[in-house]
Amino acid sequence: MANEGVDLKRRRFLTAATTVVGGVGAVYLAVPFVASMQPSARAKAAGAPVEADISKLEPGQMMTVEWRGVPVWIVRRTEQNLNDLPAMNSQLRDPDSENPDQQPDYCKNINRSIKAEYLIAVGICTHLGCSPSYHPEMGGELGADWKGGFFCPCHGSRFDLSGRVFQGVPAPTNLRVPPHHYLTESRVLVGLDEKGAA
Amino acid sequence: MGEFNPNAKGLLGWIDNRFPLSKMWNEHLAQYYAPKNFNFWYFFGSLALLVLVNQILTGIWLTMHYKTDGALAFASVEYIMRDVDWGWLIRYMHSTGASAFFVVVYLHMFRGLMYGSYRQPRELIWIFGMIIYVALMAEAFMGYLLPWGQMSYWGAQVIISLFGAIPYVGDALSEWIRGDFVVSDATLNRFFAFHVIAVPIVLLGLVVAHIIALHEVGSNNPDGVEIKKNKDENGIPVDGIPFHPYYSVKDIVGVGVFLFFFALIIFYAPEMGGWFLEKDNFVPADPLTTPPNIVPLWYFTPFYAILRAVPDKFLGVVAMGAAIVVLFLLPWLDRSPVKSIRYRGWIYKIALAIFVVSFIALGYIGTQHPTPTLTMLGRTFSALYFAFFLLMPWYTKLDKTKPVPDRVTFKKH
Repeated sequence: MANEGVDLKRRRFLTAATTVVGGVGAVYLAVPFVASMQPSARAKAAGAPVEADISKLEPGQMMTVEWRGVPVWIVRRTEQNLNDLPAMNSQLRDPDSENPDQQPDYCKNINRSIKAEYLIAVGICTHLGCSPSYHPEMGGELGADWKGGFFCPCHGSRFDLSGRVFQGVPAPTNLRVPPHHYLTESRVLVGLDEKGAA
Repeated sequence: MGEFNPNAKGLLGWIDNRFPLSKMWNEHLAQYYAPKNFNFWYFFGSLALLVLVNQILTGIWLTMHYKTDGALAFASVEYIMRDVDWGWLIRYMHSTGASAFFVVVYLHMFRGLMYGSYRQPRELIWIFGMIIYVALMAEAFMGYLLPWGQMSYWGAQVIISLFGAIPYVGDALSEWIRGDFVVSDATLNRFFAFHVIAVPIVLLGLVVAHIIALHEVGSNNPDGVEIKKNKDENGIPVDGIPFHPYYSVKDIVGVGVFLFFFALIIFYAPEMGGWFLEKDNFVPADPLTTPPNIVPLWYFTPFYAILRAVPDKFLGVVAMGAAIVVLFLLPWLDRSPVKSIRYRGWIYKIALAIFVVSFIALGYIGTQHPTPTLTMLGRTFSALYFAFFLLMPWYTKLDKTKPVPDRVTFKKH
């Protein structure tokens, strides 16, 4: 083929320009594919608050309600449990709940709750999302100085009865306390606080 | 490009004028010269191919009855097991095939470690092989969600949460992978799509690339001697024999022995005592309760043990990822002047033995409930696992090697 009279510079420029425009188009085309894998509108709407009746909960007992597909625990702690909490501080990673993502402001206290007795926490380990199990008993298989709390069977993370994480375990933060408020003395709404924020 | 041959005869001649059928047959089988000293360890490549075919066939048949729906999936698997004619066999072939895949792939990789099959000029074969291994792990992981049992559900929950450990983008990324705030029907559907079509296509492409790269440079052998250095007057390696019929026939013997054990497991121990199908997976997925001891299937447990050994969420994930990434670097970490373990000194032999023990020990620890003793052991073996790779540039250089012969060692029988 004769290349005489061909402006190679111009040809290369046009080839490069076409490639760039096509490349930009391909990137834009990726947007709907990537975005379609996001949680759908229906999944987002499924986050309605749930109401729980706590009148039948005895001291030391725990109940679980489902909120946004995850377990939310409601634990009624005993007097003894509450008295044990301050003594745990030295063994904990974040005893004063400094991490603002893990609880609403109104639960930033040692009990991590609105009412001292009732702990309301998302029952999902902050490590890799297993659901820890409730071990209210003192001592036992979790060590002689165990004062009750939660143990994650997956990777051995430990939390005290305020959902505060121990040091030296894989979970990085305290258990999450969801927004909630009390409708009456014995009915609690999980997922919405008094101001209506989810 | 072949020239059109007007004298070509018969159907094959007609095809060869239009498609390189004879050419491909010769290049990859009848005139592909493989070293004549292959041993037992050389069965596992062709066996991996066999298991891949088994997985694809049984997988297609399983989709004929399986329901991709969080509410129906678990029951549809039980339906396959009880009500579909021969459904139990097809499902057990698929579930046993998954574990068999990892058995043969691990042995295939170990062969590479012994005989230096990843060394120059076979680095790309090793890299393609490693990508196949990673794709296989993704395939197995996503397939395991589909029966929608407790272990399926919580296993997926844990592994997807691993991505949440990445700083800043982690939470958004794991939400994007799940398509929901928790593992749900949306997750099941997309995992089905990836498991039955996306990853298998990638796998097939990679297998082709793996074999093309292999046939370009030629197979290694237990002596680590390049047979292409000694060619006869026709340009054929003197220590090479045509793959077909010599190795195609040899591999059929391997296939026979393999199928014997494969059938034994399918018919007599399809759950393999909880190792191939975990007991908790016979309970339908329950998003509110985690089984007391959640463990991945055996082929992931070495990496799972490394994850658990690190008492920090992000660094644990980094360590687990590094345990796989470091395998990719193997061709450049090994500085020994010889390839095969036959001509290496005692240092490499001991290092390899320690590595094998560590890998198996980590695999065991990964299945156990975390106790302080096991965590300590897990840390020790994790350190040894990484030491094998990270110290390799030094100890392979220090190692006293034996002289490598010019020709492969071979006894007539």
